[in-house]
Amino acid sequence: MIYFDNSATTKPYKEVIDTYIKSATDFFGNPSSLHPLGKASERLLLQARERAAQLLQVKAKEIVFTSGGTEGNNLAIKGIARQNRNRGTHLITSNMEHASSLEAFQQLEAEGFKVTFLKADHNGIVSPEQVRDAISHDTILVSLIHVNNEIGSIQPIEQIGKLIGNYPKALFHVDHVQGIGKVPLPLHRVDLATMSAHKFHGLKGTGLLYVRDSVLLNPLLSGGSQERKVRAGTENVPGAVAMVKALRMVLEKSEQLTESLFEINRWLEAECVKIPGVFINSPGDRAPHILNLSVPGIKPEVIVQALAEKDIYVSTKSACSSKQSEPSRILQGIGLSEDRASSGIRLSLTYENTMDEAKEFINSFTEVVISLKKVVEKE
Amino acid sequence: MKYNHILIRYAELSLKGKNRKEFERKLLDTVRKKLNEFKEVRVNRTFGRMFVELNGENEREVSEKLKEIFGIHSFSPALKVDLEQELIDDAALWAVKDAIPDEDGTFKVTVKRPNKDYPGRSQQLNYHIGSHILRNTQKMTVDVHHPDVEVRVEIRQEAAYILCKTIKGAGGLPVGTAGKVLLMLSGGIDSPVAGYLALKRGVKLEAIHFHSPPFTNDRARQKVEDLARVLTKYGGELKLHIVPFTEAQKEIHQQVPDNYEMTIMRRFMLRISEAVAKKNNALAIVNGESLGQVASQTLDSMHTINEVTNLPVIRPLVTMDKLEVIEIAHRIGTYDLSILPYEDCCTIFLPAQSKTKPNKEKANHYETKIDIDRYVQEAVEGIETVIISGKSSLDEEFHELF
Repeated sequence: MIYFDNSATTKPYKEVIDTYIKSATDFFGNPSSLHPLGKASERLLLQARERAAQLLQVKAKEIVFTSGGTEGNNLAIKGIARQNRNRGTHLITSNMEHASSLEAFQQLEAEGFKVTFLKADHNGIVSPEQVRDAISHDTILVSLIHVNNEIGSIQPIEQIGKLIGNYPKALFHVDHVQGIGKVPLPLHRVDLATMSAHKFHGLKGTGLLYVRDSVLLNPLLSGGSQERKVRAGTENVPGAVAMVKALRMVLEKSEQLTESLFEINRWLEAECVKIPGVFINSPGDRAPHILNLSVPGIKPEVIVQALAEKDIYVSTKSACSSKQSEPSRILQGIGLSEDRASSGIRLSLTYENTMDEAKEFINSFTEVVISLKKVVEKE
Repeated sequence: MKYNHILIRYAELSLKGKNRKEFERKLLDTVRKKLNEFKEVRVNRTFGRMFVELNGENEREVSEKLKEIFGIHSFSPALKVDLEQELIDDAALWAVKDAIPDEDGTFKVTVKRPNKDYPGRSQQLNYHIGSHILRNTQKMTVDVHHPDVEVRVEIRQEAAYILCKTIKGAGGLPVGTAGKVLLMLSGGIDSPVAGYLALKRGVKLEAIHFHSPPFTNDRARQKVEDLARVLTKYGGELKLHIVPFTEAQKEIHQQVPDNYEMTIMRRFMLRISEAVAKKNNALAIVNGESLGQVASQTLDSMHTINEVTNLPVIRPLVTMDKLEVIEIAHRIGTYDLSILPYEDCCTIFLPAQSKTKPNKEKANHYETKIDIDRYVQEAVEGIETVIISGKSSLDEEFHELF
């Protein structure tokens, strides 16, 4: 099996699953219970939080455990907007965002907020100048995706964060779901950052939101006083512990393997452009694990299907919107024509992928493209 | 390129004349212990300064540890390079880029050249290195008066050192240079701060805590152990004496009128603390009292309570406002633990109204009904002493999970 769909989800590490099983079995007490079983769970959760904070180089109380990326983005965006609506009503985001951000903003627009959607350039990049032109004293939130999930473009978070720092009312949220473990994020420039465990070999249904110490959020879920009172509900202790383990493992790997991952990525790009009729959509300057390409004229679903028959797994656009058969909003956003935008294929790698797999992929992909082209073009 | 050294400065120590050697030795010892977990790190001392050789270990992680060590005035990560101009230029450039990643800021270069054999005057070298940085960065400009970063280049006999950042240390004196004290550690905000401040002046710390099960629960005790663990960051491993206080508290509650209960209870705590201090060769008792903060801490109250001991009672917080104490608690990382809502023994039998001006005569009178020696002795004999180190036993249990 060749699995090149790691931006949709990753295979959990065995060690992570072992950790989940052990903590779910041995520490099943409710962390809020007063008795020793509860206390043990509470301490385990506390340790998970502290270790996550160490790994991310932030404070333990700045970690909010969530159910994943969609919740993190929603909590950050709606939480900030609703908490601060009496300070201002203007929000800034881009047209490169994941659906969970985009639709949160659309919902807020309906609630009366003004939203500026910055248009990225043909590389998928939003410039600090664009943010500077859009930002005003009414702006309370800027939210950007760090690494775009379809094409892998990387936003200049350091510079944009520094700029936003001049506007004390404006907070900066970064959707770091695709970036974590692949592209380092300068968290000191950021007020909130969303991460999701299953994108880095953790389990589905777990994630975390970094929330700077002094930042208040209006909760999506009310009830108990768990997670700084911004996310009520009995904590998913084993899930959080397993996530922290995955985070440690992936960060260790990223230190050693990012370069070789990018090498495979660049090699795939070089080989793909040799195949007639294949175009690269990702910018040259991109995350080391994502490569987006198009074969105009052939429905991407068909290519996915044909590769799957050879036990090779890739995806069309973002998994969260792949069931709609419209052109990719992101590919259109960077100015690609409709035939390119509606034929996008995404390869997404992880540290376990090898050069041999890449070679096998290129062989199969070439075959598939050539044979499908023959059918479509009625030679 | 990566920082390969850290230069440590210790200001106050330089003033200490005869004791200086001893202080330096203690500090060196503390730094080595603190950095023990970094296998490759070596620490050396020469000519009034201390050098940490990183040998590939993470500079940021080591710096975090150094910030917690008393006796260090400030420190700077440094690049040590061979005496070749090109290497020096590149190192200086790297240091600026590391300090200001988006290359948008101001800098100045200061060259010191104790090694007079090295060619070029300091002024020429300033200009040369500064030009190299300007040519190879985006938006960096020179500001000799208020630069964002000062690039310091020291050209010595053996090598050149390039320093760019100065990180403030914890100040104070190295722990262990001033004898031992016993800290009365409750679960509140004040006492951990008092312990921290005592440590800052170089004392070695032990702690005593009064535990009254089942009126105070396991979590209250855990909280105190956790607070003590935070203090180990600054003072190293410490002994925590847990005193079983239930029987004494029950007896006091039975025999003493409500408004004197607090006063008598504090007198008992002090008596027990004195016994423990003597047993462990501690020369003073430290607590978190601040003048006039609550009923037990008025001057009358202190006067009445202090009567039962001859040991010096050191109160580092005595003149501080609550807000000042809270600020320190935040900074040293005890605040969030302190505000966890578990009952401690001070709050459990607390009557609605305590006497704000208790007097010795009455206190002594009420105590005649209690067999003081017996309760003190029983409490002391029942003490459970735990060694608090940087890591808890639960840490170990959880270790493999992470």
